[in-house]
Amino acid sequence: MARSSERVADDGRGRDPLRPSDHVDAVPEARGGDGDRVTQPRLGPVGYLRFFWRQLTSMRTALFLLMLLAVAAIPGSLVPQRSSDPNGVVQYQAEHPQLYPVLDSLGVFDTYSSPWFSAVYLLLFVSLIGCIVPRTRHHFQAMRARPPRTPARLQRLAGHRTTTVAAGEGPDALTPAAAVESARRQLRRAGYRTEVYGDSVSAERGYLRETGNLLFHTALVGVLLAVGVGGGLGYNGQRVVVEGQTFSNVLSAYDSFNPGRWFDESQLVPYSLTLDRFTTTYEEENQQALGQPTDYTADVTTRTQDGGDEQGEVKVNSPLHLGGTNVYLLGNGYAVDVTVRDGEGNVAFRDVVPFLPQDANLTSQGVIKVPDALPEQLGMIGFFYPTAVDATADGGILTSNYPDTLNPVLSLNVFEGDLGLDAGIPRSVYALDTDDMTQVAGLNAGTEALRLTPGQTQELPDGLGSVTFEGVKRFASFDVHHDPSGLWVGGAAALAFTGLLVALFVPRRRVWVRATATDDGVRLEYAGLARGEDPTLDRAVGEVARVHLTGLGVPEGAARDVAAGTPDDPSRTDGDRSAGTSAADRTLST
Amino acid sequence: MTPADLAYYSLVATWSAMAVYTVAFVAFALDLAKRSGDAQLAADREQRAAAAVTTTAASARADATAGAAGRTGSGGTAVLERTAPVAAEHRRASAFQRVGTAMTVLGLLVHVAATVLRGLAAERVPWANMYEFSLTGTAIIVAVFVLVRAFVDLSFLGSYVTGLVLVLLGVATVNYYVDVVPLPPALQSVWLVIHVFVATLGTAFFALAAGLSALQLVQTRREQARLSGLRFLDTLPGAARLEDLAYRVALVGFVLWTFTLIAGAVWAERAWGRYWGWDTKEVWTFIIWVLYAGYIHARATRGWRGARSSWLSIIGFAAVMFNFGVVNVFFKGLHAYSGL
Repeated sequence: MARSSERVADDGRGRDPLRPSDHVDAVPEARGGDGDRVTQPRLGPVGYLRFFWRQLTSMRTALFLLMLLAVAAIPGSLVPQRSSDPNGVVQYQAEHPQLYPVLDSLGVFDTYSSPWFSAVYLLLFVSLIGCIVPRTRHHFQAMRARPPRTPARLQRLAGHRTTTVAAGEGPDALTPAAAVESARRQLRRAGYRTEVYGDSVSAERGYLRETGNLLFHTALVGVLLAVGVGGGLGYNGQRVVVEGQTFSNVLSAYDSFNPGRWFDESQLVPYSLTLDRFTTTYEEENQQALGQPTDYTADVTTRTQDGGDEQGEVKVNSPLHLGGTNVYLLGNGYAVDVTVRDGEGNVAFRDVVPFLPQDANLTSQGVIKVPDALPEQLGMIGFFYPTAVDATADGGILTSNYPDTLNPVLSLNVFEGDLGLDAGIPRSVYALDTDDMTQVAGLNAGTEALRLTPGQTQELPDGLGSVTFEGVKRFASFDVHHDPSGLWVGGAAALAFTGLLVALFVPRRRVWVRATATDDGVRLEYAGLARGEDPTLDRAVGEVARVHLTGLGVPEGAARDVAAGTPDDPSRTDGDRSAGTSAADRTLST
Repeated sequence: MTPADLAYYSLVATWSAMAVYTVAFVAFALDLAKRSGDAQLAADREQRAAAAVTTTAASARADATAGAAGRTGSGGTAVLERTAPVAAEHRRASAFQRVGTAMTVLGLLVHVAATVLRGLAAERVPWANMYEFSLTGTAIIVAVFVLVRAFVDLSFLGSYVTGLVLVLLGVATVNYYVDVVPLPPALQSVWLVIHVFVATLGTAFFALAAGLSALQLVQTRREQARLSGLRFLDTLPGAARLEDLAYRVALVGFVLWTFTLIAGAVWAERAWGRYWGWDTKEVWTFIIWVLYAGYIHARATRGWRGARSSWLSIIGFAAVMFNFGVVNVFFKGLHAYSGL
């Protein structure tokens, strides 16, 4: 209560001792007589800490950090980021060999996890917390405190209106106390917290505004925590699955895997997923968009530990929920089914090899490695054309002009020699190292590249064997994500949004009504004070006056005149106001 | 009618709307010119009136006259009561202004027709590529302007709004126009309707706020008597009032933008498996959000309220335009839906 009586003494102005000192609503600190010769007290270590803390939690610092955050985020959009575009970074390195090391040492390729970016947002959040905590405490006290004492001079406040109502005679005579009591009841009904101080009632509403404000900022801290902690608990992995193949959720089954900081292999829920069929739909009517994909659907069968087989569907924008993970469809393409026989007639290779799409018409490139071929290992770089157009007769090349398999052709450049697989060095399945190999079919060899349609078999030159193109299948590239933070982040964001709406659109204001006995009757005064942004304060005070006067028996028209009476012009003096409301004075009620 | 016909009529309507907006733009510009003349006349009249009062009541109330001649006009005499409103907000709309308003509304109707036809042609919401986004976005800017005008007289912004919309729509139609094509699977989501539409709506409010803030800056300079000329500014609200308006409009924009950010994260989670990945477009949406958060805080910071904070509103809108015009086209990222 001590605090609230202290606030009572401050003329009702919105002094919040725990707001940042440079908030516009805060009262400027008193300056000594002449500012030039201010002697600062010597600060001890605690004093300095206090000083820096005050600086950090000031509005100006928060504003500066916000601006710094905006600026610090820019570089990450100008150069590729390792987190979202690792290939872009490699390409950047190749294109800017001089600039790359400089930028890399500054951490620009990992902007959003770089020390300088982290420093900015961490400082911002420390400053934020330093603001939230005292304000929450203060708000908690304010919610239980009584509205402040009525200021002595209401005419200095916003929306001030005054009028005099004839008291009348007899038992129904209007007394100041009755007028105040009716105002109190009216304000109470309108959701104000009220307190009668002598000849006046003091009312305050809109505590929800500060509640919303605090909720918004606290929820932002929640978002940061949820992202920081939750991100470390999750994992995501990628896997290419060809039609008919099955993927099991174990670490070794992933093509690539990104564990969170606290990931543990036992986290992987055992399940398996079979890609039964992958369907694509292409636009066939609209001439401007021929061949543009309009739908991708992966029909899958899933098996969990305690359940049987279940049919499911994965589409873009529609992931499959499975065993605590989400399975996303992020890519697709063709996989060619190939059988290779070596020179001795043995089947040296039989597999379905995914080829990576190179363009919109799905010209696809892939590599076939046959380590078991005898006498020499075989390697092939292949191109697959779903709808092949042959322009080689005119000196052109083989291309695809439609993404569906209308005229599928597989073309293979064949190499023999050492695949380099036995040295124990990890090799990409999508690249062929031809350093130790000789081309036997293709551009640099005596024989042309092999060209096959489904079902066809062709002999390799020099009796090296044969290749059979058994057929073509679709593959789907799945992303498996487990992110326990998602719901928390979403919940915190929703809270933040709610808080924002409340904080910005609930007006917080104080209203006072004073009634004093004069020779002419009861003089009524109405005034308000905005706490924070409150564009409709003047209208609200007018409305309080109108309802109150009407309740006291003043004719509707006169009450409305009083309500509309005061233009919000601080340059006006009191004399003008009483002149403006003289009409009401003349139509007194009894 | 085939989709191609509908798309054609939509394009015709777009050009027609631009023609009507041009008329509105010219009318609003003429209105500003007339305001300058009116303000000059009002000033002259005020001077004469002041002189008259001085001669009739010279010796008695010298100090009262000095006060009354001031622009705030405390309403001492009947003569001054009548002259004062000319300079205030309650000025009667000029014929130019009424033509401008009517043409803006007419242009908006044609513009909305163009947008709806485009949607019918594509059989989906008309904001799936940059051209469509511009078409819908500019329609919403004008619609918000017309809507806000119903509550607050913002006619003085007419030339800014119609001018801005003309430029944006012109650039989009000439440079970004693409034929109607079906939605790629990545865009087939209910979030396309929500996320993109709210982003457009937010952009419209930011555009208005930036116009008001720019005007506020000019008005501030004029009030500090550092700027002579531009007499039409006398007929506009004062800098403080303009700041209030800009702030309130920007607040609505900020709320919408916050929602855009959250809805975008929800969609990203559905489509890409992560709610936030610092994609270039995400980065810039975040930067814009931070800039406007800064603007809101700046207004609550002593020493920043007024001209300084209004710069942030203008920078914020510049970032919005950059995010749309530059990031979409020249930056590499997942939001590659410009259709170009």
